[in-house]
Amino acid sequence: MMAEGIFIYLAAAIVILSVLVITRSNPVHSMITMLVLFFHIAALYVTLNAEFLAAIQVIVYAGAILVLFLFVVLLLNLKEEMVARRYIGPWPLGVLAALGLLVVIVLSLKSFIPGPSGVFTTEVVRAETNTKVLGQILFTEYLYPFEVVSMILLVAIIGAIVLAKKRLRN
Amino acid sequence: MKILTEMPDVTALMPEIVMTCLALVLLMLDLFIRRKEITALLAIVIAAVVGFFLTGSSGTAFSGMFISDGYSSFFKLIFLVSLVLSVLISIRYIKIESVNFGEYYSLMLFSTLGMMLMASAGDIIVLYLGLELMALSLYVLAGFLRHDTKSNEASLKYFLLGAFASAFLLYGTSMIYGLTGTTNLKAIAHYLAANGVAHNPAVMLSVILFVVAFGFKIAAAPFHMWAPDVYEGAPTSVTAFMSVGPKAAGFAVFGRVFLTAFGGLQVDWAGILIPLAILTMAVGNILAISQTNIKRMLAYSSIAHAGYALIGLIAGGGNGVASMMNYLFIYAFMNIGAFGVVIMLRTEGFKGEEITDYEGLAKSHPLAAALMLVFMFSLTGIPPTAGFVGKFYLFMAAVAEGYTWLALVAVIFSAISAYFYLRIVMYMYMKEPKAEVALSTSAPHGIALAVATCAVLLIGVLPSGIIELARAAVAGF
Amino acid sequence: MVPLHWYLLLSSAVFVVGVAGFLTRRNIIIMFMSIELMLNAVNISLVSFSRYLSDMRGQVLVFFVIAVAAAEAAIGLAIIIALFRNKATAHVDEANEMKG
Repeated sequence: MMAEGIFIYLAAAIVILSVLVITRSNPVHSMITMLVLFFHIAALYVTLNAEFLAAIQVIVYAGAILVLFLFVVLLLNLKEEMVARRYIGPWPLGVLAALGLLVVIVLSLKSFIPGPSGVFTTEVVRAETNTKVLGQILFTEYLYPFEVVSMILLVAIIGAIVLAKKRLRN
Repeated sequence: MKILTEMPDVTALMPEIVMTCLALVLLMLDLFIRRKEITALLAIVIAAVVGFFLTGSSGTAFSGMFISDGYSSFFKLIFLVSLVLSVLISIRYIKIESVNFGEYYSLMLFSTLGMMLMASAGDIIVLYLGLELMALSLYVLAGFLRHDTKSNEASLKYFLLGAFASAFLLYGTSMIYGLTGTTNLKAIAHYLAANGVAHNPAVMLSVILFVVAFGFKIAAAPFHMWAPDVYEGAPTSVTAFMSVGPKAAGFAVFGRVFLTAFGGLQVDWAGILIPLAILTMAVGNILAISQTNIKRMLAYSSIAHAGYALIGLIAGGGNGVASMMNYLFIYAFMNIGAFGVVIMLRTEGFKGEEITDYEGLAKSHPLAAALMLVFMFSLTGIPPTAGFVGKFYLFMAAVAEGYTWLALVAVIFSAISAYFYLRIVMYMYMKEPKAEVALSTSAPHGIALAVATCAVLLIGVLPSGIIELARAAVAGF
Repeated sequence: MVPLHWYLLLSSAVFVVGVAGFLTRRNIIIMFMSIELMLNAVNISLVSFSRYLSDMRGQVLVFFVIAVAAAEAAIGLAIIIALFRNKATAHVDEANEMKG
């Protein structure tokens, strides 16, 4: 009963907060709402026995990515932004498309059958600790994608410098 | 506890490893190279070295996450060809646009590396990471003209829609992971077949999500809306690059995922792809007619060509896939060739992007006009050019699989496409020059155009070599 | 234990809210945040699959998604800054140099 109660609180908060994120006129308000949302998602991960990811969610998403967003928002003219139109002209079409997608997803989820069970049951993970198990898989089975991610981060660094910093010689 | 005690066997990955190392070396060397032409030359050398390693690579690595077979090697050949040709036509152009930075070539190499990883992906997560590596480099390349608002916009639109599409890819991945407990393509196919869940609506949902995500990447209608703006706004050399390599990479993963993981559902996804292909051909060919900017027109043309290539995938089987690969190979030469001519018209202070700029080109620059004529004929599919060969085999494959009506529809749309391709030829040969148009030429540019023209004409006359290569490549799929 | 379907419904709801935000908002930064919402929705479903299938791979995938999201954020915000320098707008419908 307890678990259901916590889930219902977290789920309701997550949905309401995400609707708030996309409807605020002031981007700074959106961002702060998003921060609260990320904390709730992190809490949801804890209920799913994913402690390491909960920490990553707070450190990387809330700590790094959102701060990056906040820097860019500070470039905007917020006064102007507050009175500007929030939505594009044909916004009802967008909402309609999104609702259509929701119906399609929910209908197909009805007959969803989960796949086969693996070996990492809650007990096994608890004995070894979540971080250790995750690390073992990441650096053995997923070594190759891990290396690819390093290239992606390198490209991100080069790209950001090229686009935002490098001086043009004329 | 499982510890990695020895190096995993990476011989199959040699082309990718060589590419990564050399691209990183080039990135460092560029700090000391003043003349960026040398960087460009080194980039071509790297492509050649990788091409050399490509011949010896086959097998799987990292427990099936990486697959090197004929299929992937053929696609990698397309990527390397498009890389070399794009670098050759960039050298002069990025100087004129005053963005002559060495990072340009490094990013092209990284993007090509991403495509190679995509073609070889045996696991959806690797596919996704390769796709992101390719796409992130391209977003930056599209916005490389930082002082130009159009380039900024192109990069922004490409980025927003690309990121949107990859979110769909991830949602589809998570669905399929929940259903099968794996992201390995072969294991997915095995599980779906063995447990009889292939026709579960949730599987169909993830198929649709994959179609949306890959549809964005190959610019198939109705997911094409980014393409015209991005192609117009991006630097022309980058447009040439991204109209070929990334599109081919999109088809590579399309084929890999749909024929391997969803191979048992071919009837279902073919039912989704057929309307998509027809719509793509219709949108591309009909909207191209009213364009006044040549880059925009070629963008719609590239949408239409994605529609043709989809027919090969729908036909499926060895023949269909081989004809699709063959078509993409030919498309690399003819499309980069056409963009090569477009780039020549760009000189200091003159854009040369309007179709009216081509009026009377045959009188002032007969050679350039003749080259454009060859590429336009090839894009239309007129013999004896390679474009005809490509379309011929595509449509034959469709007919052989019982899609005669689809081939007929495609032929009708090809006939419509003649209108806008040949309009340029008509402008060049039938009209009087409006104003003096200068050309910016250089030796590398000449080499690129010569190679593209020779390939288009040679494949047009002697198609058997490339057809056999594509068929052999599919054999081990 | 909470049924798996509840988590899937939550994930689809957040995903659709993200899609709606992307399709309706004018502000580029909010559009980008909507994409982040969609990625978070995917992460929720991956983590819950990981828990209910007793398989750690779902969590590893989330790890990769977060890493790529960080890279995407860096590039995306650099692009927005580059546009902002030339045009001083953060509205997607004012980025309209090209028409046709």
